[in-house]
Amino acid sequence: MKVEYTPFHPRWHRPRVPVFWWLRRRSYLLFVLRELSSVFVAWFVVFLLLLVNAVAQGPEDYRRFVDWSATPGLLLLNVVALCFILLHAVTWLFTLSPHAMVVRLRGRRLPPAVIGVGDLVAWMLASALVIFLILG
Amino acid sequence: MEPFLWLLFSAGGVVSALLVPALLFLFGLALPLGWVTPDYTHLSAVLGHPATRVVLLGLCVLALFHWAHRFRYALYDGLQLKHLDRVINLLCYGGALAGSAAAGLLLLT
Amino acid sequence: MADRITLRVTRYRPESDTEPTAQEYDIPLRKEWVVLDGLNHIKDHLDGTLSYRWSCRMGVCGSCGMIVNGEPKLTCATFLKEYAPGPIRIEPLSNFPIVRDLVVDIGDFMRKLPRVKPWLIRSEQERPAKEEHLQLPAEREEYEQFSMCINCMLCYSACPVYALDQDFLGPAAIALAQRYNLDSRDQGSAERMDVLSSADGIWACTFVGECSAVCPKDVDPAGAIQRYKFTAAMDALKTLLLPRGAR
Ligand code: SF4
Ligand code: FES
Repeated sequence: MKVEYTPFHPRWHRPRVPVFWWLRRRSYLLFVLRELSSVFVAWFVVFLLLLVNAVAQGPEDYRRFVDWSATPGLLLLNVVALCFILLHAVTWLFTLSPHAMVVRLRGRRLPPAVIGVGDLVAWMLASALVIFLILG
Repeated sequence: MEPFLWLLFSAGGVVSALLVPALLFLFGLALPLGWVTPDYTHLSAVLGHPATRVVLLGLCVLALFHWAHRFRYALYDGLQLKHLDRVINLLCYGGALAGSAAAGLLLLT
Repeated sequence: MADRITLRVTRYRPESDTEPTAQEYDIPLRKEWVVLDGLNHIKDHLDGTLSYRWSCRMGVCGSCGMIVNGEPKLTCATFLKEYAPGPIRIEPLSNFPIVRDLVVDIGDFMRKLPRVKPWLIRSEQERPAKEEHLQLPAEREEYEQFSMCINCMLCYSACPVYALDQDFLGPAAIALAQRYNLDSRDQGSAERMDVLSSADGIWACTFVGECSAVCPKDVDPAGAIQRYKFTAAMDALKTLLLPRGAR
């Protein structure tokens, strides 16, 4: 850590940041968990590719893939992953993007809450589409 | 470079927020637990369709770059490893690139 | 309501202490008293050696920021009774070097502020204006929120990125740059971009969002930074894709 701007004041006290600084406040912990959700996004990509590959190989491989994903270890992993992904989706759609996006309607800036509602609608539509496509 | 990496990160954040919850729920939970039993021919037709493949490739690439960017900063700040930035960048963006290549191979050939 | 409350105040006397310590003071608890009134009571009646900053005692000067029970607060706008029965911890703003007791060195912020040129910039070629630059209410609304900043630095105190890396430009400085970037009378956004769009500027921010949560004036610096990231990224894309003339 830099202390450059107090060179002539060695007596000024500057506490060090502890390594686990994010355990000190709930909001910091939530932030770190939110950032860790990205690990599970990456895991999902791996899982998806394995699935697509298994389906492409034929019904036998597909069965084996489903059996493998029903093992307790993998189920647990996917439950945890789903929780993190939901944390990501909720924070991204309802706290990050309403602050970050400027959407104008007839020259007026829409309030963040309205953008949040728009995100919710988009999320439900996208999910419905996915489910419809896969379950037919 | 940073602006482009950030754009990829953001795009990845949006698509993974919109699509991944439903996909992971279906394939990671509902399918193995037998809550849904999609018929194999239908599934293979949908997942084998070129349009699906292209969409999934887009999803995979963006999601991987989303991971790379976020994970990089999580290591920088969460573990105070900013001095190792070269190694971390290589690990994160290199990983995302390699993963994207693998996804391209799997999905498009 | 009990009629007394304990304040556990951080003391640090650089000539004798190596570490800050806490000292307890027992003060009257009045329902109309804010934390700052409690400190003034200590200074006037119990211990004249306690050092802290304040001026306006009405939430405009931005000099009375401290950490109250772990949260960055303006002590002139934080009522004692909300923390009853106490004790209340009063600490100097975090992430700044402690000069003495509750007084911190704000030099870093004061040096960062002018780097983003927080004033109206007009083109050099332009003749001096004969009349005022008019602005519509809707144009004013664009930046109004960011103009409410009182430089209290509570946001810096809440920001973990700033805690870890003192080179980070920080929330208020970026929000103030946006205050001028979004002003219809300003022409200086290109001049501000180099500083803002550097690794120590907006890109270091990971949207923890605590700056906006603690801001007493609802400036939403986190939102300002995110919006500027988008602007800067679009600008970078244009530079990459468009031929020089069309930019
Ligand atoms: S942005 Fe808010 S918290 Fe930060 S200095 Fe300005 S008024 Fe204070
Ligand atoms: S004393 Fe001025 S803001 Fe509190």
